Amino acid sequence: MSAPDLVLYEEEFHKIKEALQRLRQDANANVVFLVDKNGQQIAAVGDLASLDTTSLASLTAGNVAATDGLARLIGEKEFSILFHEGEKDNIHISIVAQRVILVVIFDERSSLGLVRLRVRRATGELDKIFEEITQKVEREKDSLVDFESPFSEITDDDIDRLFSE
Amino acid sequence: MTFINYAAREINCKIVYYGPGLCGKTTNLQYIYDRTNPSAKGKLISLATETDRTLFFDFLPLDLGTVKGFKTRFHLYTVPGQVFYDASRKLILKGVDGVVFVADSQEARLEANVESIRNLDKNLKEQGYEISAIPYVLQFNKRDLPTSMPTDEMYRKLNIKGEPTFEATATTGVGVFDTLKAVARQVLMELKKK
Repeated sequence: MSAPDLVLYEEEFHKIKEALQRLRQDANANVVFLVDKNGQQIAAVGDLASLDTTSLASLTAGNVAATDGLARLIGEKEFSILFHEGEKDNIHISIVAQRVILVVIFDERSSLGLVRLRVRRATGELDKIFEEITQKVEREKDSLVDFESPFSEITDDDIDRLFSE
Repeated sequence: MTFINYAAREINCKIVYYGPGLCGKTTNLQYIYDRTNPSAKGKLISLATETDRTLFFDFLPLDLGTVKGFKTRFHLYTVPGQVFYDASRKLILKGVDGVVFVADSQEARLEANVESIRNLDKNLKEQGYEISAIPYVLQFNKRDLPTSMPTDEMYRKLNIKGEPTFEATATTGVGVFDTLKAVARQVLMELKKK
């Protein structure tokens, strides 16, 4: 397989959420969320009730993937920041730790300048957390003893049940 | 790349429907969407042209229930089938956990099916996957058409590794859920090996 599976443990998950929460407050944003490059949502904070975050995650990843493709066509490695400006709401998208996408949705109560500034600080923080995650996954792989996948005993019946309704 | 979130107790898997233009990939998703309990599905997103040809992808998130206490979520994607959208197809295969190949049963589309499987093989390799190793299911769609080929002949020409193969008519739903279930089974069994 090309990329290792992304495994998120409780401790890092909370750290990520805290970092996103802080960014949301500092940048005065409505919603902040983190998606992996394949379109899976990792964490989200803010005013989520009115938002279809699953679709947002998938479309964001598609957007970043298409933009990456464009970048390579003109000889760039990537476009690290994307910004979409709407009448009321705006979306700021940036890449963190080379593998995850940080999305900030904000309106007129904030500004692009503020968001960019706060995103830069949060990016440093998130980079560190993902570095820790990578190391932890590596360690687990080496030791292999203290961690057993909950799916090691999955059966045909479990799968049949998923489709039983 | 399955994403396992131990904190939220969730597994997310990505399944891609591949195949030549107009073979019925979007129709498969549309049927699954129509027949799934509203609480178990998200929105069906279609990035299509004005004439309803898929431009980038269709996307349907499905919550199937729990396995070993983990919420199991499948993200179904289709690729644009038309030959010139190859760059988009490559992007969508990123991080894929399982592939459904939807073949068009009409005799006139046999060559397009073969070409599309070749294209899938090449694009998977570029992403670091091997078609021989990845969860993979074959569907013979449009069985209701009078111009459809005999299935044994299709099997000989399109089945590459003895993968589970299903006859389907996606417009009426025949075989659609059987296909999905077969690929989901392979993807989840893959987790067992890890």
